[in-house]
Amino acid sequence: MDTRDTVFIALFAAIMAALAVFPPITLPVIGVPITAQSMGVMLAGGVLGAWRGALAMVLFLTLVAIGLPLLPGGRGGFGVFMGPTGGFLVGFVLSAFVIGWLTEQFWHSLSFPVALAICLGGGVVVLYAVGVPWIATVAKISPLTALSGSLAFIPGDIVKSVIAAGVIVTVRRAYPIITR
Amino acid sequence: MLSDLYVFGDSLLHRARPLIKILALVVFCTGLFLFDHWAVIAIAGLMVAAGFAVAGLRPHHGVAALRPAFWILVAIFAVQVWLADLALATFIISRFALLILAASLVTLTTTAGEFVDGIEAGLKHAPGWVPKTRIALAISLTLRFIPLVRSVLIEVRQAQVARGLERNITALLVPVVVRTLKHADETAQAIQARSFD
Repeated sequence: MDTRDTVFIALFAAIMAALAVFPPITLPVIGVPITAQSMGVMLAGGVLGAWRGALAMVLFLTLVAIGLPLLPGGRGGFGVFMGPTGGFLVGFVLSAFVIGWLTEQFWHSLSFPVALAICLGGGVVVLYAVGVPWIATVAKISPLTALSGSLAFIPGDIVKSVIAAGVIVTVRRAYPIITR
Repeated sequence: MLSDLYVFGDSLLHRARPLIKILALVVFCTGLFLFDHWAVIAIAGLMVAAGFAVAGLRPHHGVAALRPAFWILVAIFAVQVWLADLALATFIISRFALLILAASLVTLTTTAGEFVDGIEAGLKHAPGWVPKTRIALAISLTLRFIPLVRSVLIEVRQAQVARGLERNITALLVPVVVRTLKHADETAQAIQARSFD
């Protein structure tokens, strides 16, 4: 890891923080607000690759934990990890890693559909695979109940995957960082 | 622009070292999950209340800490009442409230600067394979980049509004990412030029 990697990791931790103040878009039909921040997870993996993307998330979550209000709504501090949805935050690390790893594997043939599949797999499936069992354990409910409670957020996550995939494919052409 | 959640004070809790507070929090939370009993909840409740009193924090600080999780907790309470009973629902919600309040006790009595100093002090004792200077560099760079990314975001948004693209998020994010990546590359070159490695 050289200085350039360190700077990129810091940059994407900062992009995560900046996306928190992005005004949330409320989906018209179901009324669940979607925030831009989880797009940052997909972008970190899809632009920087597995290790740098995951480390950017670790850095971001460290800054959240020490009390900087970097989550949507100015939340921060250790409390957010103790709450029921802490798993979704911790899941950012694995999510960025999986998206980054898959992007590296398909780097030479990365088209929009491939990037979209990667974002859906890493940004939605992997994230929920960490977050849902976490809620189920700490709230003592069955995983199925926890999953059905989270379903309202899936449409928003699909919208974010579409946007993130578009950005990842365009940035790959304009300013590629992953070189293989 | 970037303020932490610290509440000013000079209590025992304010003066304690960040590492001690974090370790105490870890022990507290593990204890709450390990011993699934009402007595433990009661003792923990007294401990948190005592902590708030010692630190000179007011009830509204606690309310502010709980507010973001409020609706999720209401949903979990409803599900538990429906699937199990009122007693379990109350137990689960009390435990969440205590975890969040205990964590906020650490956050509210420690400045982000103290935490960063704590991390740096901790890194001094870290084994040689840990890239200590890189971690310190990454933290300070992030704090510098946050206002940069925010201002680029605002600039690009205004430019895209002028083009009638205010609803196109891809048209907003691509220039933001590319511009900040270029800036990051220049920063990396500047650091290398000063023989950081």
